[in-house]
Amino acid sequence: MLGLAKKDFTLLAVVVGLTLLAPFILNPFPEGSGMAQFNAGYPDLMQRFVIFGIFAIGFNILFGLTGYLSFGHAAFLGVGSYAAIWMMKLVTTNVIPAMILAIIVAGAFALLVGFITLRRSGIYFSILTLAFAQMSYALAYSVLTPITGGETGLQLKLNDPRILDSALVGGDQARANLFGVNMSSSYEMSVGGWLFTFNAGYYIAAIVMILAFYMAIRIFRSPFGLMLRAVKSNQQRMNFTGLNSRPYTLAAFVISGMYAGLAGGLMVAMDTQVGPERMFWTASGEVVLMTILGGAGTLIGPVLGAGMIKYMENIISKINSTILHQWFAWMPDGLEDFVVAVIYPFIGKGWHLTLGIIFMLVVIFLPGGLVEGGQRIAGLFRRKKTADETSTTPAE
Amino acid sequence: MDAIVLQILNGLDKGSAYALIALGLTLIFGTLGVVNFAHGALFMIGAFCAVTLSRIINWSYTTISETEKNFLGEPLEVQVPYVHDWFGVAAGNTLIDWAVPLAILFSIPIMLAVGYIMERGLIKHFYSRPHADQILVTFGLAIVLQEVIKYFYGANPIPTPAPEVFAGSFDFGAMLGFDPNTIIYPYWRLVYFAFAAVIIGAVFAFLQFTTFGMVVRAGMADRETVGLLGINIDKRFTIMFGIAAAVAGLAGVMYAPINSPNYHMGMDFLVLSFVVVVVGGMGSLPGAVLAGFLLGILESFASMAAVLDVLPGLNQIIIYLVAIIILLTRPRGLMGRKGVMED
Repeated sequence: MLGLAKKDFTLLAVVVGLTLLAPFILNPFPEGSGMAQFNAGYPDLMQRFVIFGIFAIGFNILFGLTGYLSFGHAAFLGVGSYAAIWMMKLVTTNVIPAMILAIIVAGAFALLVGFITLRRSGIYFSILTLAFAQMSYALAYSVLTPITGGETGLQLKLNDPRILDSALVGGDQARANLFGVNMSSSYEMSVGGWLFTFNAGYYIAAIVMILAFYMAIRIFRSPFGLMLRAVKSNQQRMNFTGLNSRPYTLAAFVISGMYAGLAGGLMVAMDTQVGPERMFWTASGEVVLMTILGGAGTLIGPVLGAGMIKYMENIISKINSTILHQWFAWMPDGLEDFVVAVIYPFIGKGWHLTLGIIFMLVVIFLPGGLVEGGQRIAGLFRRKKTADETSTTPAE
Repeated sequence: MDAIVLQILNGLDKGSAYALIALGLTLIFGTLGVVNFAHGALFMIGAFCAVTLSRIINWSYTTISETEKNFLGEPLEVQVPYVHDWFGVAAGNTLIDWAVPLAILFSIPIMLAVGYIMERGLIKHFYSRPHADQILVTFGLAIVLQEVIKYFYGANPIPTPAPEVFAGSFDFGAMLGFDPNTIIYPYWRLVYFAFAAVIIGAVFAFLQFTTFGMVVRAGMADRETVGLLGINIDKRFTIMFGIAAAVAGLAGVMYAPINSPNYHMGMDFLVLSFVVVVVGGMGSLPGAVLAGFLLGILESFASMAAVLDVLPGLNQIIIYLVAIIILLTRPRGLMGRKGVMED
């Protein structure tokens, strides 16, 4: 269905189900209970899940399929964000034109960068992309201040031209919307002790992510996707057969740049502001972490990785020592202090440490990421099926 | 003329740091063929060795002063460092003052051990895996190391002053025959440059004039043949990894007074050092040193007011710009050997 094999369609259906029901799934604990802090079903975080999911899906099209490790992908996200905010400032606060412009501008920038950087491969490619991203960051921070707003960044203002929108009366705020539906409007449903929030912005972002995911499946299963896998497994042999691999890698680079731009545009659509720090190289490193953690070269892996990192960043990082003491209050005093002292460095503000350790363990033992881990566990339970029958094998 | 000399001098201290880190990176890449993204973390650990030693020396106990009173007329509580009791007040103060240079001795065994453990415990298992995996696992290690440091030392920069003798600046221009007060230069930066020159010289001399160095150079050229001659080249390469870690660590120790150590200083330097390494040519030791100083000096020239008037923002991007141009026009970098990572 939809031009997909049965397995892929099942995967897509699962993703659609999970994203649309996310407000329920991510809020498993009733309000006010001790576990409520593990609820991730609030709009801001859910939006981040899907936006970084899109970013990671795009990065995976480049890294997972061709093996080119870009350390400068955040530049495209940033460029897309700037394009989107200018669209909202000058033309209309409707998010669709903003997203379209973000994709186009990020794609054009990726074409330029890719044309230059793809002359080299391996570590040189990583360094070149890193150099371009750092240059974009430095320029956005300093020289390009008239366009980028420098350190303060850009926000929507009352007196922006917005030629297609009616002028705002004083006291009104310009809000990102989709044909009048405000991005930040939510419907709250209270069932028993549970409170579920359905946010317009989240659902728009979720639908965009589902489309992006569908596109990624099509790319993975297309002849073009096979060409990209060939680049990863043996580029030299591919060149010997008379194929020029550069157009394929460049196309992959531009596509993944466009995904990044789309993610950047969506970010602006959600919070209507942008600053240069989202182009810094640590942001590029973060999407690398997401993709590898989830499973590079698999379809669902990057989305899982993005979700996991954002969950840790927003939920695990909030656990402080008082909360820990509450959890272990049932233990004898000395033991309680000891357990808290052991756990404390790894959570709360130390969540980066946990992330680094998990990431290292994944790189060392599970090159296929969490998806491979899941497949191995699944393999233990049904020994009859062979591994290669599972739906998403990582590209070689 | 004096402006040019000043910019060259300004570029030297950063260039020295780039050159030292890039030298260590190249030693690791040239011997073991491993791309080490955790090298910046080693630089940072070196800087924190200086912090640690200065804390150990400053280790104090609280006592009640017999002479001084606080503003209420009560006896004042004062901190007395243990070194005062052990070595006397004068010698103790000297020790406290010279904590950073003393940290050189303190850091060498630590850095050698860190390097040895890193190579045996982790990097060893990554020789046969692709470069991308090596980058990723060392990137993860860098995150872990920097978070561990953050946990123990906090997120704020820790000021670590240089000895009193080297504090402040002096009129370097007058010594070279320029007009007075045109070239004012901090003492410690000159010390840093001299120190870097000594370390670089020592590493090259070690490789060039000792039997151990000869074997290592032979191993860099053709590992398999050296192995067939019955030499345990792996063991020597592990020691070289320790030495490379020590070089990065020493660069960090001496850099502590210039820039107060914080937990992410390593990452900041790492990105630039990698650019330096690829500009110099992967696997070329003289190339790494040359490119380090070259880019450091270029960076300081680009931040001259006269240049910034014409090309604003150039100081922020000059290094990357040079790297892009060199990588596209000279695939091997400035002094890279033929056949080493040329693709």
